[in-house]
Amino acid sequence: MRIEQRLVERRWLTVAVPLGSLLVALVANGVLLVATDHDPIETYRRLFDAAYLADGALSNTLIAATPLAFTGLAAAVAFRMRLFNIGAEGQLYLGAIGAAGIAIALSGRPTEVQIVAMVLGGAALGAAWGAIPGLLRAFASTNEIITSLMLNYVAALVLNYLIFDSLSYWRDTSATGLVFPQGKPLPEEATWPISTLGSIDIPFGFLLAAAAALVLWVLYTRTRFGFEAQVIGDSPRAARYAGMRTRRKIVAIMCLSGGIAGIGGASQMGDFRHVLDARGLQQANYGYSGIVVAALARTNPFAAVLVAFLLGGLQNAGYTLQSAEFPSGLVGVMQGLILFAVLGGELLVRYRIRFAGSRPRKHAREAAS
Amino acid sequence: MAEGWKATAAPQGAAVAMRGITKRFPGVVANDNVSFDVAAGEVHALLGENGAGKTTLVNVLTGLYRPDAGEIEIGGRPVELHSPRDAIEAGIGMVHQHFRLVDTLSVADNLLLGSRTGSFVLRRREGAREVERIGEALHMPVAPDAKLWQLSVGEQQRVEIMKAVRSGSQVLILDEPTAVLTPQEARQLFRTLRAMAAAGHSVIVITHKLHEVLDVADRITVLRGGRSIATVARADATPRSLAAMMVGRDVELGRRRRRTGPIGDVVLDVEGLTAAGDRGGDALRNVTLDVRAGEVLGIAGVAGNGQRELAEAVTGLRPCSAGKVSVAGRSLTGGDPRAAIRAGVAHIPEDRLHTGVAPSLSVAANTVLKAYRGRPFSEGPFLRLRRIAARGRDLIERYDVKTPGPETPARRLSGGNLQKVVLAREFSGKPKVLVAAAPTRGLDVGAIETVHAYLRSAAEDGVAVLLLSEDLDEVLTLSDRIAVMYEGAIVGELDADDATVAELGLLMAGGRT
Repeated sequence: MRIEQRLVERRWLTVAVPLGSLLVALVANGVLLVATDHDPIETYRRLFDAAYLADGALSNTLIAATPLAFTGLAAAVAFRMRLFNIGAEGQLYLGAIGAAGIAIALSGRPTEVQIVAMVLGGAALGAAWGAIPGLLRAFASTNEIITSLMLNYVAALVLNYLIFDSLSYWRDTSATGLVFPQGKPLPEEATWPISTLGSIDIPFGFLLAAAAALVLWVLYTRTRFGFEAQVIGDSPRAARYAGMRTRRKIVAIMCLSGGIAGIGGASQMGDFRHVLDARGLQQANYGYSGIVVAALARTNPFAAVLVAFLLGGLQNAGYTLQSAEFPSGLVGVMQGLILFAVLGGELLVRYRIRFAGSRPRKHAREAAS
Repeated sequence: MAEGWKATAAPQGAAVAMRGITKRFPGVVANDNVSFDVAAGEVHALLGENGAGKTTLVNVLTGLYRPDAGEIEIGGRPVELHSPRDAIEAGIGMVHQHFRLVDTLSVADNLLLGSRTGSFVLRRREGAREVERIGEALHMPVAPDAKLWQLSVGEQQRVEIMKAVRSGSQVLILDEPTAVLTPQEARQLFRTLRAMAAAGHSVIVITHKLHEVLDVADRITVLRGGRSIATVARADATPRSLAAMMVGRDVELGRRRRRTGPIGDVVLDVEGLTAAGDRGGDALRNVTLDVRAGEVLGIAGVAGNGQRELAEAVTGLRPCSAGKVSVAGRSLTGGDPRAAIRAGVAHIPEDRLHTGVAPSLSVAANTVLKAYRGRPFSEGPFLRLRRIAARGRDLIERYDVKTPGPETPARRLSGGNLQKVVLAREFSGKPKVLVAAAPTRGLDVGAIETVHAYLRSAAEDGVAVLLLSEDLDEVLTLSDRIAVMYEGAIVGELDADDATVAELGLLMAGGRT
């Protein structure tokens, strides 16, 4: 059995393959469910219900989807330029730290001011955190995958330090806060508004992410900045040949990517957590899930928001499904199988599998020469 | 070396006979019912443009591809070659364009490396004797104890040939063997090939250079568009007839360019330029030259003697440690390609697919790779996509680029059409200086003609052209003056009308006049 690159990538495959993968995952999960004495059809009905149909299901799905949309966009922005920013996790922490700090400092100011300041603060800190691997890559040719990944651990330590190991500005220093370390609650005005569409609650952060997707799409397809990013991503040598400032652009894209992840952190503070929740942020793994989102969306910003919505549904359904007869481990395995099948299926879009014995047809990219 | 030419007709019991070979790839028929045979004791040239199917045919013979139809006989017996190993066992040896040798080992050790005698102990002394024996028999002396990296490219090629001979190859295939050689080395190689033929081997030479074919081959098979057009004896062939068969029509061959435009002031002035190479050490050493408006200065030299670095230094891609480059009196800062572009330096880079264009971007986008920054293609931060598309369509039409459309990714274009896109873009910038590095490398005869015509017309329009090429014929055809580079320095400069191949070859090999 051999795996070969496809000569032509077929358009219909980009739709057919994910659907096919999903089907494979459903069948595999069906076997798993039967083996563990659950009715697969009933479970799938409940799962779908919990994610999209039941009362409040969509609202909960959007809550799970919002951070994934931000980290997915952050990863997609960088991946488009073949910059593998794995650091959205840490950049999101920093964004949360920045937004929380500003919200506390601006206590008593109107919500509008708070929102703008939190978004800017989160974006700035996230961008600064992203700039570090960007500068290292641009001026020292350091591999950004490694540096951005390592900085995630540093960011986690910073987060822990602020809440658990110091009496920082962010820590709740009341009597209980000293015994049970936790963040200082953010002021009331720092709570971001919720829009409603029928019975669905839409977090402000989700709207922000959708707007960001639009801005990024325009940036990439309609501006000089995006043109340069595309050329650099495609062939750095051609970019230099055309007189583009590749180093600056690398730093700029890493800042942009980090900034978006940082706004994701701000949204965690303003929309959902309202306190710098060191442990909760670290357990959620938003940054790493964002890489999956970007990969599945093929770095298209609109697709990233859509994929975030679908994965958010899966996550949300997972919480609902858990019960005494349905352990969380089983939910995790099901989610894992689905992701595994969908990501594994991606291979088939760009490669084909040939079995030994079949005719070696349509082989080789070096066709006739 | 002229004695002992073989007869035209396929001798009985050909060493290799390929009949009706057809090989299809998606969208192309690379070989369409090709027949071809080589006799023992014959040098047979496979001649054709790029894409004519030479390499595919040879890949079938060396077991890399399996043909969709047709049969192969080796030594009169039908064979099926399932893998390169089958081919080697059938006595077919291949000398690739890129050598497969170990730099840090000696010549003798490299020879033993390929052997499959199965002995666990290396018989070093035997290896050295083998090197001397084969070297003598084939007129290609190589010192057995020399390390590979100490050898010239020509000598390394000899080691490759020795390896093939030693592994028992009766049939030796050489893929573009002279691409990396000086004219003198090439002549030496031809003597070796004749000696091999005299010893009863069969030699297949793949090439697209006409004069080589006439120097070395007994018979010539011309391929075009995947078909075998004809097999002719050397005596019946002329450069003109071969070229016509390759292209399928009459072509203008190597006629020296007559300058019609006037020559103006010095536009490109390079003084004492020194620059580091990629692996440290100076790749350019104190290079001084100037090119006037309307003039073509050709830089000849064996590949890897600083030509690429010179092109990069002049176009701002490579920083310089000493010296300066000025264009129309304004000196350029080194290492800033944008400054060079602004000063009017156009560049046809050596690596057209990854430097000359962004391969995944559309043809239209690639036509504004340098002009996207300002009006009319962008306003403020925004691109004017419609104008970019219009520019793409316009240049595709004016330069006759064969492409499905302006939105096709550039990488889908053939080499010749890609080069047209590069030319179209570079000329549309109204350059003062044009640096053309190996502008026709890998192109077929028809495309070469087109590129040459554009380079000539650029010079006639008053552009100062700096042409860097390893193809001496090209340099001789296009240049007004010729400078020769050797080990990063200019070792001689000649007027094109007085230059001879022999003289240039001597300079290219490091000898001074």
